[in-house]
Amino acid sequence: MTAPPLAFLGEFGDAIKLIFHSRESVAGGSQVGGSQFLGLLATHVELSLVAIAAACLIAVPIGLWLGHIGRFQFIAISTSNVGRAVPSLALIAFFVAYVGVGFTNVTMALVLLAIPPILTNAYVGVRQVDPDTVDAARGMGLTELEITRSVELPLAMPLIFGGIRTSMVNVVATATIAPLGGVVTLGDPIINVSTYGEAGRLAAAILVALLAVVTELGLGALQRAVTPAGLKVGSRGSGRRFRFSVPNRRLEASS
Amino acid sequence: MTLKRISRSALSALLALACVLVVAACGSSSSNSSSSTSGTSTSAGSGGGKITSNPKNKSVKLVIGSKNFTEQKVLGDIYAQALQAAGYSVTTQLNLGDEKTALAALKSNQISAYPEYTGTALLSFFGVKTDALPHDPGQAYDEVKTRFAKQGITAEPPTPFTSSNEVALNPGEAKKLGVTKISDLKGKAPKLKLYGTPECRQRLDCLLGLEKVYGLHFKSFTPVDPQLRHTVLEKHQADVSIVFTTDPQNKRDHLVLLKDDKHMFPPYNSTLLVKTATANKAGPDFAKTVDLVNKGLTAPVMQELNGRVDLDKQTPEAVAKEYLKESGYIG
Repeated sequence: MTAPPLAFLGEFGDAIKLIFHSRESVAGGSQVGGSQFLGLLATHVELSLVAIAAACLIAVPIGLWLGHIGRFQFIAISTSNVGRAVPSLALIAFFVAYVGVGFTNVTMALVLLAIPPILTNAYVGVRQVDPDTVDAARGMGLTELEITRSVELPLAMPLIFGGIRTSMVNVVATATIAPLGGVVTLGDPIINVSTYGEAGRLAAAILVALLAVVTELGLGALQRAVTPAGLKVGSRGSGRRFRFSVPNRRLEASS
Repeated sequence: MTLKRISRSALSALLALACVLVVAACGSSSSNSSSSTSGTSTSAGSGGGKITSNPKNKSVKLVIGSKNFTEQKVLGDIYAQALQAAGYSVTTQLNLGDEKTALAALKSNQISAYPEYTGTALLSFFGVKTDALPHDPGQAYDEVKTRFAKQGITAEPPTPFTSSNEVALNPGEAKKLGVTKISDLKGKAPKLKLYGTPECRQRLDCLLGLEKVYGLHFKSFTPVDPQLRHTVLEKHQADVSIVFTTDPQNKRDHLVLLKDDKHMFPPYNSTLLVKTATANKAGPDFAKTVDLVNKGLTAPVMQELNGRVDLDKQTPEAVAKEYLKESGYIG
């Protein structure tokens, strides 16, 4: 047998080979790797997207509302800490009694993981909007709902997206425990070394890491796209950090 | 941190929990069941006599190891305390991770001995494929013994219990279906929801075997965390679940374990692995003691001992001592 092209990569080479070519499982009896990983990847992406969408639907309105009325700061901030302290696996075990195991259960656990960063960032995003801008909008006769929708939300958008990006990476990484809750994701090769071997564990880890990077880059592009022009001008030169020292005149002109 | 801050974070923790509960309550009603095993004696079937201390063994130092789960820790403590009673100077090292870590520790003399399952040894150390595993426990042990002997490791005679996979049902369900052995499920499987560990899905000694050997095709297979295999049965979400022979919940939940009438599940009896050089140095009392305490370790006894640790929250050390006392091996 000639030396495989990826031999110099050692274990990594073997893992990458497994991503492209299936082989018999370690314990025998089934084929793993190659196209089999596609199915795992698809489930992984589906689960992550559903979880993050649900988390946005819950966390963004609450964060905007709390930020708008400017109260309950400790809820918006401390849920972040509490949410991160609760292990997702414990949540899955907890939900078993109510919804059984499966897609719903794991999604719920991931949604609870995803909410805190989005909620906190939405809250902080609204709080950081220049009060003068809000007063001006109110003076022009906008209702509170209109202020939230057309002034606060656009200005908070960069921070909200920052929260969504953080959550998305968390969710993509944590979706690897889903096979313990009935959903066969890319976590399967990581959990079942006796079937996939060490190469399978490494291959799945590589794929999850790549997925997280791709997600991060994609959402980053989307974040730039949804950032209002006024904020973009203000942030020029300061890299990825958005500042809120935007001249009022510019905002008034655009509203 | 000031008291006010503490109470604030406690309040928000409560709120978060309340959210969880509200969301969870949308599902369905529930009941929480957790009871301990009854005080079953573990002395069944022993009657081997008492371990006698031999002062000559005092100079032999032994380190007994084990892997990192309950059954292994209990076994490790049983051997450690029994060998101590026989006069040896014994210490323990009972949290060695998986089988590869434990074997490496044995080979590098960090431990003198640790218990390993025959099936695991053949699959994991000697690259035997699942469908090539011997189905007779004696034959499996002989093969392990021969292969280890070449590496200078002695596999002591195995325990009576085997810790294998089992097809388990709730008693009511088993009665309704009228099943006692796995092949009885033929024709009924397409209506039954099967649960098992994630690794079960692609293994010949689990789901693949049930399909190939027994021709059973279940309505669905759902992978779950090992601990949850029992929960889904308790909550009647699973019709059938693949459990381990020595899981303490089997008895507590009165589960019906179907007979493996086509001998598909390979044997997983436990054998104490020790370096041959160490065994020779330790003398005849070593093998004699191990053999003696092994005799009482039947599946129901092992299940009871696991239950005292996992369900009754006793320490493996205390449970090992109870076993040796109840069986009359120590005074």
